Amino acid sequence: MELDSLYQEVILDHYRSPKHKGLSAVKDVQVHHNNPSCGDEITLNLVMKDGTVVDISWDGVGCSISMASASVMSDLLIGKPYSQALVILNAFMELMQSKGQGVGDEDLLEDGVAFAGVSKFPARIKCALLGWMAFKDASTQVMA
Amino acid sequence: MDLSKYQSDFPILSRKVRGGNRFIYLDSGATSQKPESVITAEADFYRTKNAAVHRGAHLVAEEASDAYEGARANLAKFIGAQTDEVIFTKSATESLNFLAYSFGNKNSKICLKAGDEIVVSEMEHHANLIPWQQLADRIGAKLTWLPITDEGRLDLSNIAKVITKKTKIVAITHQSNVFGTIVPISPIVKAARAVGAFVVLDACQSVPHFAVDVKKLDVDFLAFSGHKMLGPTGIGVLWGKSELLDQLEPALFGGSMVDSVTMDSATWAKSPRKFEAGVPNMAQAVGLSAAVDYLNKIGMENIENHEHALTKELLDGLSQISAVKVIGPQDMKDRGGVVSFTIDGVHPHDVGQVLDQYGVAVRTGHHCAWPLMRKLNLVGTTRASFHLYNDSKDVQALLEAVIKTKEYFKVGK
Repeated sequence: MELDSLYQEVILDHYRSPKHKGLSAVKDVQVHHNNPSCGDEITLNLVMKDGTVVDISWDGVGCSISMASASVMSDLLIGKPYSQALVILNAFMELMQSKGQGVGDEDLLEDGVAFAGVSKFPARIKCALLGWMAFKDASTQVMA
Repeated sequence: MDLSKYQSDFPILSRKVRGGNRFIYLDSGATSQKPESVITAEADFYRTKNAAVHRGAHLVAEEASDAYEGARANLAKFIGAQTDEVIFTKSATESLNFLAYSFGNKNSKICLKAGDEIVVSEMEHHANLIPWQQLADRIGAKLTWLPITDEGRLDLSNIAKVITKKTKIVAITHQSNVFGTIVPISPIVKAARAVGAFVVLDACQSVPHFAVDVKKLDVDFLAFSGHKMLGPTGIGVLWGKSELLDQLEPALFGGSMVDSVTMDSATWAKSPRKFEAGVPNMAQAVGLSAAVDYLNKIGMENIENHEHALTKELLDGLSQISAVKVIGPQDMKDRGGVVSFTIDGVHPHDVGQVLDQYGVAVRTGHHCAWPLMRKLNLVGTTRASFHLYNDSKDVQALLEAVIKTKEYFKVGK
């Protein structure tokens, strides 16, 4: 079924057991992002040190795609140098814009490739990007 | 009431959607589908009568003006109003914004001032909330609201505390776009009259679905959109009592709304022209008039009864499915054809996605009533809404797809 390309088992697993959910006590910056059209919301705490992403924690409400994507994003980017995090971020954004054509680089995106099918559903791309855009905003603020 | 013979009048309903499924359209609360007669009327205006109305000394301009003014008369009759009380706007949103601007204009004889109060309800659509928030902010008035009950009905138990001597406007929805609740208007009008406040009715979800008579309702202003009542987009109506329209300044200025103009001042034409600056949406007004003809042909009472039966069937069906909760009135008393529900453990956006896979088109999210969702502690709901072209098969398709959704996300029994 076409739906299975959207709701990969990996996505549903992350949705049911999200990683790094629950805001940390310490943070360099906190951002709050939402999708006004559907009401999804995320608050994200970021800690960076010497150009490396030390910790990402988040909390939010939203659909399976947005919450699973935030989970995958945080798990993937923690411990990465900022420059590498941006490479991964850009690869994920490119995958989302691929209109169902992209498969994603599994070495780079790991569980993130499960979202390839989302790019076939224009209304859901912003769901998948919610957590990533929050990270982009937060890291830009820290690095500024 | 079997209205199935009218389904073939709606060309879009014969298309296929995702999964090769029949298009099961249950999102008429957002916008309705259009019968062939409306599509043709709009196109025919461009084909045969297109000219700027109220201008030009030629035959086609006269015919365009006749068609446009004929549409106004038809709309007025449809809601029991006088013709010159019907103002064409681009949408209900624009109608309500115009009104808020006109009430905030110090040159309006019935303008609001600092310290006045504007009353809304907790279940307003953003379009009947934010324009009043903004007006209150501009002029230093205060916005207050009538609460809702747990069942999704207006709580009028403290009405005298909310509608006070300071109240100048009570702006209220006729039917909730989230719950389907039909709001009792007479106690509100009575309370408003007692303190000299004006009543503004957001009739977006009522005028398309049951007979509305402005005189019987005895409200002062009423707004609705064309596209929710089988008409085109880009056309809406603002109705107001003529003696009140005379005391309001327009919100838009420009061509064809003037009586006289000099380099440093201008005076206005009489209503409704005063409120229709610029070349109006003529083809859309004519299309909306065709929609009114179509609704009249079927009969608003028949449409109301038909939607009533479908709503009851859906409520009964949903009550049989575990983990599904209807948000809003569970019974059919004072209730229109809008049903919001949640499925435990499945986000509304995910519900909508699975329903779409089965050809069922619904609305998900906060339905432009975010404060209401916050109050209910909900992230959103899934909403099914009917119009005359829906039938029992659509209801059953939705119910089956809801069960499939639960299976897909492995929730409930």
